[in-house]
Amino acid sequence: MLTITDLHASAGGKEILKGISLTINAGEVHAIMGPNGSGKSTLAQVIAGHPGYEVTGGSIAYEGQDLLDLEAEERAQAGVFLAFQYPVEIPGVTNAYFLRAAYNELRKARGEDEVDPIEFLDVMEEKLKVVEMDASFMQRSVNAGFSGGEKKRNEILQMAVLDPKLAVLDETDSGLDIDALRIVAEGVNKLKKPTNATIVVTHYQRLLNYIVPDFVHVLAGGRIVRSGGKELALELEAKGYDWLLEPAGV
Amino acid sequence: MSSSIESLVNKEYAYGFVTDIESDTIPAGLSEETIRLISAKKEEPAWLLEWRLKAYRRWLTMTEPHWPNVTYAPIDYQAQTYYSAPKSVKPLQSLDEVDPELLRTYEKLGISLTEQKRLSGVAVDAIFDSVSVGTTMKEELKKAGVIFCSFGEAVREHPELVQRYLGSVVPYSDNFFAALNSAVFSDGSFVYVPKGVKCPLELSTYFRINAADTGQFERTLIVADEGASVSYLEGCTAPKRATNQLHAAVVEIVALDDATVKYSTVQNWYAGDKDGVGGIYNFVTKRGKALTRAKISWTQVETGSAITWKYPSVILQGDDAVGEFYSVAVVNNRQQADTGTKMIHIGRNTKSTIISKGISAGQGQNSYRGQVKVLPKAEGARNYTQCDSMLIGNKCGAHTFPYIEVANNSATLEHEASTSKIGEDQIFYCKARGLNAEHAISLIVAGFCKEVFKELPMEFALEAQQLLGISLEGSVG
Ligand SMILES: Nc1ncnc2c1ncn2[C@@H]1O[C@H](COP(=O)(O)OP(=O)(O)O)[C@@H](O)[C@H]1O
Ligand SMILES: [Mg+2]
Repeated sequence: MLTITDLHASAGGKEILKGISLTINAGEVHAIMGPNGSGKSTLAQVIAGHPGYEVTGGSIAYEGQDLLDLEAEERAQAGVFLAFQYPVEIPGVTNAYFLRAAYNELRKARGEDEVDPIEFLDVMEEKLKVVEMDASFMQRSVNAGFSGGEKKRNEILQMAVLDPKLAVLDETDSGLDIDALRIVAEGVNKLKKPTNATIVVTHYQRLLNYIVPDFVHVLAGGRIVRSGGKELALELEAKGYDWLLEPAGV
Repeated sequence: MSSSIESLVNKEYAYGFVTDIESDTIPAGLSEETIRLISAKKEEPAWLLEWRLKAYRRWLTMTEPHWPNVTYAPIDYQAQTYYSAPKSVKPLQSLDEVDPELLRTYEKLGISLTEQKRLSGVAVDAIFDSVSVGTTMKEELKKAGVIFCSFGEAVREHPELVQRYLGSVVPYSDNFFAALNSAVFSDGSFVYVPKGVKCPLELSTYFRINAADTGQFERTLIVADEGASVSYLEGCTAPKRATNQLHAAVVEIVALDDATVKYSTVQNWYAGDKDGVGGIYNFVTKRGKALTRAKISWTQVETGSAITWKYPSVILQGDDAVGEFYSVAVVNNRQQADTGTKMIHIGRNTKSTIISKGISAGQGQNSYRGQVKVLPKAEGARNYTQCDSMLIGNKCGAHTFPYIEVANNSATLEHEASTSKIGEDQIFYCKARGLNAEHAISLIVAGFCKEVFKELPMEFALEAQQLLGISLEGSVG
């Protein structure tokens, strides 16, 4: 589904990603872990197409297309979804309006008819349950005045509605209390299908108790310094990152 | 709703066509003779001609105001044409006599003068260049006792009302452009809602400038008698032309005791091209006078015109009178807007609210200019002002000029202001959800303007939101 080959990216003249290679197949869950500042969010943003990052080398193939050739909205329309580490506020625009606009853009891209607000209510009713949210939530402005936990749940709600093929969750667990963490993780698990894949970015292994990864990668200094199975996460939990950083020259 | 914005964002000014129709146009230039000619063409009574001439003589002593924060080449008032009327509508008795070409123009603009509007419950007066070409649904209104007709017809049929209220809120001496309008105005709309009557329909006027090098100087007079209420909508379009055209209108509203008048404008005059060539100079005086417990509410969405100079105001004359001003002003490319309001508190416990949303894109310059004045007797007056600016890109500007004068210590004034930039973050967030940049911007801007849009009648709100999309077209770098 996704093949990243020797990816280099920089921002503000500084190289952040220094040669990342990663292959993800449908049905898989990959965890990307690593200390703060190692480049995890940068990788997530580059996959989503943030114009603030310049790709200076390497490639990303997604479903047989050159992902780097696509505008961010085209990537979303092709089934790529990023749950933001810091979701953005859009005052005055209701969640319902925003989500329907996004939903319809994706439908249009697939050649399907747009849904009207009434039809969309039905879509939402079911999806709200995934993240255990109340319908009143839909009438609030997008992320404006939301608590940290509500913002993260809202990201997963959007994921549920947009039904992506490839979801990248950037620190979706941070700022969540244990109940919210469980709800979010269960939500993600419910959305899992053999035809889609998930990248879970986190620096705590806590989330991985709920969302069990098939592969774990450790990102440090803009490189993947170690890959392994889910037991790698437990090892990191016990030993921290330092033992991996020095041998890798970070 | 999103899909219509989407399709409109990428659209050019859709109303820029010219209607090929024979016109009765007088020669360019302005003199007493021009005014006599206009008055004669309109078969006006002597008192009105006299009033026009007084206005003209006053105008000669005045100078064009240059305090607005806008710049433009000097206007040659002698090069303007002050009267142009579609020839075929002259002896207008009924809609059937209107030139079909003209009716098609209005159909193109989305206004049907005939049955369509009956269904949506809107009565329309359409002003084509300087002349009113038909007021729909007159009969329905008549039953309620509401007078809604062209200004010219009002002068003929209801001279006592016109004479009593004309210039009572905006005297001809008020300002340079109001004086010019008073001298040369050719038509406009007149509304009278009798005592205690709630106007059964939304009233609507559609202004259209068609002829080249013709100024449009219409005059609107709305009188809501005691306890009456009315909602009035105004829309404006013009063809694309490379020269600037002057539009100097006057709107006067009189709200007698306990009356309510709601006046909504969607102004979409041609704004000129990307380099600032052509476009309408929109120099307009709008003011209402609210007597005891009366309420006047202005809502405007200003997306067009090369230059906008406009301050819909309320004189809160009576005790407990209420004045409101809700405004969205958008400038893109080389557009300039200097707009705002004046709230003059005279009566006790008068209350005013000002919500202004300025959006600047391209190299547009947007100024909010607002005055809140509390006179000595306005015990317990209250004003709330909220003035928000949004910038799209780095080359545009937003300016705020609030003037506050308080002569009564018991008054309460609150002022809030903010300036924000549409963030890359917001746009990227939308893009990451599948919306393109222009869709993202219209969505973010619509959110920003929400408090104003909710004041608009339903079908206008939609139109306004679409217009915003169009006028911000190409504003994303
Ligand atoms: N837009 C940017 N401009 C400049 N530096 C950036 C930018 N984004 C991230 N960085 C820097 O790149 C490094 C990696 O950041 P990030 O990808 O956010 O790390 P992580 O998500 O792993 O904590 C940090 O040193 C950060 O300061
Ligand atoms: Mg991060």
